[in-house]
Amino acid sequence: MAERKVITVAIAGNPNAGKTTIFNHLTGARQHVGNYPGVTVEKKEGLLRRGDIEIRVIDLPGTYSLTAYSVEELIARNVVLEEKPDVVVDVVDASNLERNLYLAVQFMELGVPLVLAFNMSDIARARGMEIDTQKLSRLLGCPIVSTVGHRGLGINALVEAIVKASRESMRPVQVRYGHEIETEIKKLQDAIMASGLVNLNKYPARWLAVKLLEGDSDVLAKVPGPIAAASQGARNRIENFFGDPPEVIIAEQRYGFISGACQQCVRRANVEARHNLSDRIDSIVTHRVLAIPIFLAFMYGVFYFTFALGDPLADLGGSFFALLAKSISNLWPPGVHSSLQSLIVDGIIAGVGNVLVFMPNILFLFLAIAVLEDSGYMARAAFIMDKVMHRIGLHGKSFIPLLLGFGCTIPAIMATRTLENRRDRLTTILVAPLMSCGARLPIYALIIPAFFPRNWQAPVLWSIYLIGIILAVVSAKLLRSTLFRGEAEPFVMELPPYRLPTLKSLLLHMWERSALYLRKAGTIILGLSVLLWAMSSYPEKPGLEQRYAAEVSRVKKECVVKQLDPEECQRKVAELEHSRQSEALEYSLAGRVGRALEPLVRPMGFDWRIATALVGATAAKEVFVAQMGIMYSIGESDEESEELRTRLRENYSALVGFCIMLFCLISAPCVATIAVTRQESGSWKWAVFQFTGLTLLAYVITTVVYQVGRALVAGG
Amino acid sequence: MPDEKTQPALRSLLSVPAGQQVRVVRIDGGRAMRSRLAAMGLVRGAEVEVVRNSGHGPFIVSVKGSRIILGKGMASRVYVE
Repeated sequence: MAERKVITVAIAGNPNAGKTTIFNHLTGARQHVGNYPGVTVEKKEGLLRRGDIEIRVIDLPGTYSLTAYSVEELIARNVVLEEKPDVVVDVVDASNLERNLYLAVQFMELGVPLVLAFNMSDIARARGMEIDTQKLSRLLGCPIVSTVGHRGLGINALVEAIVKASRESMRPVQVRYGHEIETEIKKLQDAIMASGLVNLNKYPARWLAVKLLEGDSDVLAKVPGPIAAASQGARNRIENFFGDPPEVIIAEQRYGFISGACQQCVRRANVEARHNLSDRIDSIVTHRVLAIPIFLAFMYGVFYFTFALGDPLADLGGSFFALLAKSISNLWPPGVHSSLQSLIVDGIIAGVGNVLVFMPNILFLFLAIAVLEDSGYMARAAFIMDKVMHRIGLHGKSFIPLLLGFGCTIPAIMATRTLENRRDRLTTILVAPLMSCGARLPIYALIIPAFFPRNWQAPVLWSIYLIGIILAVVSAKLLRSTLFRGEAEPFVMELPPYRLPTLKSLLLHMWERSALYLRKAGTIILGLSVLLWAMSSYPEKPGLEQRYAAEVSRVKKECVVKQLDPEECQRKVAELEHSRQSEALEYSLAGRVGRALEPLVRPMGFDWRIATALVGATAAKEVFVAQMGIMYSIGESDEESEELRTRLRENYSALVGFCIMLFCLISAPCVATIAVTRQESGSWKWAVFQFTGLTLLAYVITTVVYQVGRALVAGG
Repeated sequence: MPDEKTQPALRSLLSVPAGQQVRVVRIDGGRAMRSRLAAMGLVRGAEVEVVRNSGHGPFIVSVKGSRIILGKGMASRVYVE
């Protein structure tokens, strides 16, 4: 008999049951993280080899149930129904058996070979629970393996049980719901089978019948109309009989079945040691007065970790890329402008740098978040912030991503992975760019001192940040009451006991999320950076090179002839180079776009120069400063350039200066943000929506501010 | 519910002080909320211990061995005896 070569296993379980630890122990580092198509839910897969059998492991989202009310639950059951894994492993927190078995009985109903991993069996024992797993296994009709996830105990036995279950195709026991409900189930089941319209290989008829009785919207949409109508009649009959809707009775029956099985197989001495310590920590951490200061302290810690430790490394990376760019430039003789050189230095190296420069921040951020999540604090943080965030229609957990947005929007959007609800998550992603990120600071740092007296500088900066926050709050509320309308997520959440995170799982968490950023967002960021480079380099002005080369050699000759000061001479050459850059940029596609945009940006008080720099700023916000420098022929400038400030003062009013900051704050996020939004939301649709929505918002607000401001100045 | 005979012992979970053990007799609310609560172990007949009910801050209950945070609105719709 030939050995089966590939087995597919889906790992399911309640959140906090230790599902991830089991998954990590099974697959080691051979994992692949992605998103389920079209949704923001993380999808992890891994491979495991046992002899000549290859086991493909799919990690299902952690859920408490298998209803149609949340994306996670829908995904979990659809993967099982549609991908037909050979075995489903349900990771059960053995110390919290009855609640965890509620999910198990629903998998039993799906009719797939099921293996139960009784995880945290050490804690269960410490709590005085004695589980007769053999007997329970007979009652449920599926094998049970005891495991201790964080110590890797029982993993081998689990793999053996998986292999065995895949060969034997043992069918789990079905919960019986009592005469009245069973009669209706039977009728619906017969109708479904007779209709021949439903793919019964995929969907077990009994499961469909139970789901119809529960009024499951997803299944109702799948079955033919007459059957859906028949199920409504059945629901009414059951409700009339019991005085409660069928789903309530069914849930109670499931718990009844579980509690019956547990009464026979579990003996417990009633010690509740596990929660004692957790309760004591909670009495401090969620204390009425102390909770907020403690939370803010932790947040400061995350911030510090992400930016204070990440930034020096990021700067180091930045210097490395600058050095690399310089040494590659030096391969060409000085004064020669080659397109290849420009592509490599200004296009590719700058683009790769753009991707990698965020890496240290992202690594540290995910490490910090992993600590908060694995220890159990995240659940508390969500609770503490929920009251405030609820007022703007968001979940308590949204606070952390938004806060991180002040540092950089990329980690902020990545951090929304901690939000389970899709509506909350998308809203947070969409408004996150309004939290003024660090890359916008150079723009403010250039402009504020250029136009505002010293004692006005701090209030102006503060007002810019405040405007961002207010807009984020208003937009979030608006999005939640229009696009993402829906019953406010009822606030029920499990408070997992505190646990000491293990280093291995922290590092794994950190790495899998960071690697995802590198792989997915990285390619898009690089591509868009090269595209923007090409836009500001091409087409080349014919004859420009030669004209300036001739000019330079003329100046150099003149220097020798007139015996000018060599410094004076160098300055003149540099000036020429700057006006060459300026002319080239003006001629390029970006310059032309800027020109074309001029009538459009006029109402905001902008000219074509600002428009061109704004086009460049989509590569990265801080590029605006450098581009303005080129536009005014001062060469690549930084935010401390007094010369550039003088030029700005000569050409624009303080009102225009403020409007530039306002527009940069609100408008089109940088390419990295676009890429990450695309990746995290699962579709270009949201990235485009965010881009156009914010740009329009910026346009309207800046225009209003400019026009009103001008009228006031004229009137006053 | 006018047809329901409200027994004197029937009260919402909100009025139960911390440390008391009660049994769920009725849950009001939409299908989504009920199924959500059921998944967390809150069904009719479930034994519930109120861990924290301070008026401010979290409302925490212990159900079937796990700690659950409940919004005030939800707790007010869970009736116990």
